[in-house]
Amino acid sequence: MAEQPAGMGGVPGYRPEASVLRDIESMLRSRSLVERIVEKIKRLAPLAARRVGQTPIKIMDFCGTHEYTVTHYGIRSLMPPEVEIVAGPGCPVCITPAYYVDVMIKLSLEGVRVYTYGDAYKLPGSGRRGRDIRSLEEARAAGGDVVVVYSVLDAIKMAREDDKPGVFFAVGFETTAPATASPVVAGIVPKNLAILNVHRLTPPIMRYTFETHRDNPIRGVIAPGHVSTIVGAKAWRFVVEEYGIPTVVAGFEPVDVLLAILEILRQLAEGKPRLVNEYSRAVTWEGNVKAQRMIEECCEVVDAAWRGIGFVPRSGLAFRDKYREVDALHQYGIKELTPEEWRYDLPPGCRCAEVTLGIAKPTDCPLFMKTCTPGTPYGPCMVSSEGACAVWARFGGGGLAEEIARSLGIM
Amino acid sequence: MCLGIPAEVKEVRGHVAVVDFGDGVLREVDAGAIEDLKPGDLVIVHAGVIIERLKGREAEELVRNIQEFIEELERRAEELARLYGLPEAGAGAAPVGGGEG
Repeated sequence: MAEQPAGMGGVPGYRPEASVLRDIESMLRSRSLVERIVEKIKRLAPLAARRVGQTPIKIMDFCGTHEYTVTHYGIRSLMPPEVEIVAGPGCPVCITPAYYVDVMIKLSLEGVRVYTYGDAYKLPGSGRRGRDIRSLEEARAAGGDVVVVYSVLDAIKMAREDDKPGVFFAVGFETTAPATASPVVAGIVPKNLAILNVHRLTPPIMRYTFETHRDNPIRGVIAPGHVSTIVGAKAWRFVVEEYGIPTVVAGFEPVDVLLAILEILRQLAEGKPRLVNEYSRAVTWEGNVKAQRMIEECCEVVDAAWRGIGFVPRSGLAFRDKYREVDALHQYGIKELTPEEWRYDLPPGCRCAEVTLGIAKPTDCPLFMKTCTPGTPYGPCMVSSEGACAVWARFGGGGLAEEIARSLGIM
Repeated sequence: MCLGIPAEVKEVRGHVAVVDFGDGVLREVDAGAIEDLKPGDLVIVHAGVIIERLKGREAEELVRNIQEFIEELERRAEELARLYGLPEAGAGAAPVGGGEG
């Protein structure tokens, strides 16, 4: 959805007021610092491996933007053979059930304006390629009323101006939930705008993911930095206390991620898992309490479906009854998905659910970069800029080049 | 989705704030999820909402805190390596530099 502002560093005309942001950025992308940390990672990895007793040591990033950092900056190529970085369920667009996409497509074709984040614009529903209208993009091409917005505020502004009935497609994890809750609680959502609330929560899916990695368990967690600004570092205490997995809340620059990996290996070598907040410039232990209160005010936690995975207990948000005025389910009489009615909702052959859970790599999917590309995505993980498949497609994770490089010993 | 972008607050108008992402273009964002926002604050914006303020009373403090933390983690790693009898790393604890990235 959000494009990174172009040229944050080193661009002529860069404004000095924001220079501290540039200073931080250049420090956390510094080559010499990266080399120093990588050297330490390489020294500690064998110690950690000996203690763990199994390789590769799987370290999971739980955020699509971390996967972007890892792949874009080639961090996997800097890792010693003992360490494997695995992408986790960090892409909310990828796991939004096809059912809701279908609902939005239908509304848009029935004359209701659908507002969506850019990330979900090309997201396929359950329709078959070449036969049905699969996405909001295709719905718009077929005459549906679909508007891509950067934020709920934009949708509110537009809805106020033209009085047309509209529905906002509110996908996203805890980071995005305040964007929905803030205008709802403030009471500034106009009557002609409803919201389809399909927000999902990350701690429950993290538990679920751990359970699916039993043979070679996940040994370290790079916890999602921006989710943590809202829920607080405390949300990940259970990872250490119940699963004994070293956990580092990390920022999104290369040095942030490398520090997290170094700290995880150090804890593994020492045999003492802890929760460390590397991203303390933005994340506190308690999180953004005001945002938490707003979410709590208008939403309740419910069992919710994850695409290709099924229902996960207490892993989604739904509007409370007192806010049903803004709830699209209520306003448009849309039936909520139930565990009984949920059906496996990935297109045939798509391995997105396994990619999401870190069981398969994007390059393990036979469709990857064949019939499924960022331009014409077949499965949901190829759509959002945070989907692991889309990230690998754009920045070249894994695959033949990596195998050759490894066999030649240059990686 | 969770792509948070650092920005500087230029103006606060009740529920809405005007921010600069560092490219000089001013944008309106939702300021409803943050307390006591004022111009000059460095924040993280996600999906058009300010989700958090960057910590540190002033810019220099922020940079210093990050540097100290990096050195702290490096030192801990070094201590552990020594404990296991690994030889000292070449670069050692040179101060955290930057700028060439």
